[in-house]
Amino acid sequence: MNQAIRRIWVAAVVLLTIILGATTYVQFFAADALNNNALNSRQLLANYGNPRGAILAGGKPIAESVKTDGGQFDYKRVYNDPELYSGLTGYYSLGSGSTQLESSLESTLAGTSDNQFFDRLSNLFTGTADQGANVELTIDPKIQKAAYDALPDGKKGSVVVTNPKTGEILAMASKPTFDTNLMAVQSSAELAKNRTKLNSTPGLRIATNQSVYERVSPGSTFKLLDLVAGFETGDFAADGEYDNSPKWTPPGTNKMLGNFDGGTCSSQPGKASLKFIVAQSCNTPFGQASQKIGQDKLREVSERFGFNAKPDWLGLAPTSTSVFPKELNDATLAYSSLGQFDVQATTLQMNMVAMGLANDGKLMKPQLVKQVTSPNLQVLQGYKAEEYKTVTTAKIANDITDLMRGPVESGTAMKAKVSGVDLAAKTGTAQIGNTNRVHAWITGFAPADDPTVAITVNVQDLPYSETHGLTSTIMKKVEEAVFNK
Amino acid sequence: MTSMAPPAAPAGGSGRASKPVKVKPQRAKRNLELFLMIPALGVAALADFLVSASPVAPANDTSWITHILVMGLLGLGMNISLRIWAKYADPFILPIVIALNGIGLAMIHRLDLGAAKATTVATSQLLYTGLGMACAVIILWAIRDHRILRRFTYIWLALSVFLLILPLVPGIGREINGANIWIKLGPFSVQPGEFAKITLAFFFASYLGSKRDLILLAGKKIGRLQFPRLRDMGPMLVAWLVALAVLVFQKDLGSALMFFGLFMVMIYVATGRISWIAIGLVFVAAGGTFAMMFMGHVQRRVHVWLDALDPTVYQATGGSYQIVQGLFAMANGGLPGTGFGEGKPNSIPLGNSDMIYASLGEELGLIGLSAIVMLFLLLISRGIRAALGARDGFGKLLATGLSFILALQFFIVTAGVLRVMPLTGLTTPFLSAGGSSLLANWVLIAILLMISHNARRPSTGGGTLSTQEQGMIDRHLKVSTDSALDATPDSTQRLGGETS
Repeated sequence: MNQAIRRIWVAAVVLLTIILGATTYVQFFAADALNNNALNSRQLLANYGNPRGAILAGGKPIAESVKTDGGQFDYKRVYNDPELYSGLTGYYSLGSGSTQLESSLESTLAGTSDNQFFDRLSNLFTGTADQGANVELTIDPKIQKAAYDALPDGKKGSVVVTNPKTGEILAMASKPTFDTNLMAVQSSAELAKNRTKLNSTPGLRIATNQSVYERVSPGSTFKLLDLVAGFETGDFAADGEYDNSPKWTPPGTNKMLGNFDGGTCSSQPGKASLKFIVAQSCNTPFGQASQKIGQDKLREVSERFGFNAKPDWLGLAPTSTSVFPKELNDATLAYSSLGQFDVQATTLQMNMVAMGLANDGKLMKPQLVKQVTSPNLQVLQGYKAEEYKTVTTAKIANDITDLMRGPVESGTAMKAKVSGVDLAAKTGTAQIGNTNRVHAWITGFAPADDPTVAITVNVQDLPYSETHGLTSTIMKKVEEAVFNK
Repeated sequence: MTSMAPPAAPAGGSGRASKPVKVKPQRAKRNLELFLMIPALGVAALADFLVSASPVAPANDTSWITHILVMGLLGLGMNISLRIWAKYADPFILPIVIALNGIGLAMIHRLDLGAAKATTVATSQLLYTGLGMACAVIILWAIRDHRILRRFTYIWLALSVFLLILPLVPGIGREINGANIWIKLGPFSVQPGEFAKITLAFFFASYLGSKRDLILLAGKKIGRLQFPRLRDMGPMLVAWLVALAVLVFQKDLGSALMFFGLFMVMIYVATGRISWIAIGLVFVAAGGTFAMMFMGHVQRRVHVWLDALDPTVYQATGGSYQIVQGLFAMANGGLPGTGFGEGKPNSIPLGNSDMIYASLGEELGLIGLSAIVMLFLLLISRGIRAALGARDGFGKLLATGLSFILALQFFIVTAGVLRVMPLTGLTTPFLSAGGSSLLANWVLIAILLMISHNARRPSTGGGTLSTQEQGMIDRHLKVSTDSALDATPDSTQRLGGETS
């Protein structure tokens, strides 16, 4: 019997060894993964009452920790002008986690990042509480406010303004928006009530930033990429003339592709100059050119500008991939060249198209963080402009810039004109399926010769009748703020 | 393995009484026990003091002094009782149990302080500890010799079935957290299953102790495995059906596993045949398949176990919130733990009972939990040591069964907490808050102490009593007709099956 008893002892030892092994796994090897699990609010709870670094725009805090008088926590997160900045700061919520920069800059704001190690070390000896670093954004509050005010209430729309020479994002505003303070309340009952209310607001998604997350067909603004591809293959020339028939049927389909009925394009139904075609945004010349350029070239060019990739470096999440589809046939290629079919782009993506053309073919990486400073004002991280990709040659960029003056002077973007500002821009109106509703776009930059800003406006899902000049007017208001007109 | 050195007293059951065995005279070692209680109480006192000094405690929280004084007095009482009635009992068992009980008490105290509405679970835990030790003393006094328990084979069976059926009786049975394992007695909730594990161990030990020769002798040999006759499989079938019934009617996977595991271990020890384990595992597989296919709550448990970190499972009612909170707590504790009062173990549902392992993990860390596992390992090893030394088959079987139950229960509940297997509603012996559990486990310890006393005590008269001799005495005294079979001379040698 004793041998069997010894074996039972071995079995018991094995059971306890399994427990010891599993405990080691959970508390040692898997601990980091569990601590960082999205469902885990412990870290948040632990840090919630600590003073957290501020997020600043133009030197003024747009998110800051303010001391509370009593209550469960010592500090409370407060957002200033929250409707303007909700998509950038996101919120830091006790019950709902954190979003956008509040989430991606967590270690910096909480003071736990690696480059704050020595601060923490000296705090250990001096007995001062750890403090988070402050983050200054590239945002220009004046432009941000102008962009926000210019967007119509009750519509879904967004504006992105960047400096094409450095990649700094000067404004990124959208509507509908919300008061992020509602998500930062410290009572869970109140939070639940606020969250329910916000979630039932039509068109509002509190956890996303419209400019980088919502993607729609870019319409005719995509023709800028047709031009880049066409200039590179030689299928377009700056002074060329092309067939501008009112109707054209792509091969392999009986679905006709046409210029807008009654639009200015029909005034030149034969051959038309490329200048006229771009200014009036005629469709048939681009559809025909796409067949010569080919889908591979078009896809390759669009990918240089950022299509089919995510702008993950921004610190905003979630982001969407702007899409130029694969495996097109002749007909779908023609529609894709007009920014229809399955082509989809975010507002930021179409701004990157303008940025690349504005900066002589050198596309800079859009960035949001200008500077990180420690609580004792020491600069921990400065702004470093980075090139995203060389998207085309300076010659081609300049030729296209010339063509983009057309819509503003005499074409589809005339309402964006501000006297004394040399604007280059391209509009877009993308039909939604076979309905009467469209997505409206404009993207461009100014001054055309030596651009300081690239501006992109997108208003989604509105009746065609409301589009006339809508995005151009919004762009105009932004320009006025930028150039103090 | 040094603790597993051959026992001083010759092992019973082998029937080799003819060989002379050197008997080292045993000393009582009650003073060693008393001395070891100092570090045991010291650990408990330090833990409880740190709780009282932690940020969650109110200023001037002196409850730790009360806790430790009471524990100390109770321990002293146990020590004195053992001096009187079980002088040669193993000196390590009591200090280990007191340390575990004290650590559990400190954690429960800490969770009381951290609760949104202050609770006083620690006070009742202390009360039940006292009650548990009192029961242990009464058992030591009333029973003296564990061999008396062998006489009531079928009474133990009836009592076990009665205890298991109780929670299903309308009116007194209560469903808590989806399992029907509770009964309501006046203001108290009792878990009869905690006591049933002990009475079942009594039954198995006395039944198998007397029937083992029959089971051993008959049966077909297939390959190297000798299989039992179908009719000898009866008890196995009964045990399996009881386990399944517990699973189906009480919806308690943990208890079902524990009862069946206990039976398998005891029949293996009784017969020394691996074939029983093989058959048992086939039964477990069949039962498991049945449960997975036809029982909704088992399917849910398994789903919650496998997909615990899926947000929808996490947020679902009856989902993985509890186990995931436990994992987060343990991860937060990491290697060194947060220290008492510095973590957030109150966020774990049932953090002071089913999930106390996770609560301890957060505040004491991997280091603390390793120490606790080591204490269990020591406790179980001492129990097995008593089994090896016991001079009668019944005592061997019972001590092995009771020790293994501790191991198995600890394993089932912590493996559930650690997501090694689905979480079941068992308590962690001595650590978890719960009167039934504490009472039952102190009774279990009393019996282990009694067996170790009998194993280590110097034999009276000429040499030690072998099972054989004991059986002859029993037969002569006609204490039990069943037990006569225990003494079949050289039965195991004839089978050549066992070397001990």
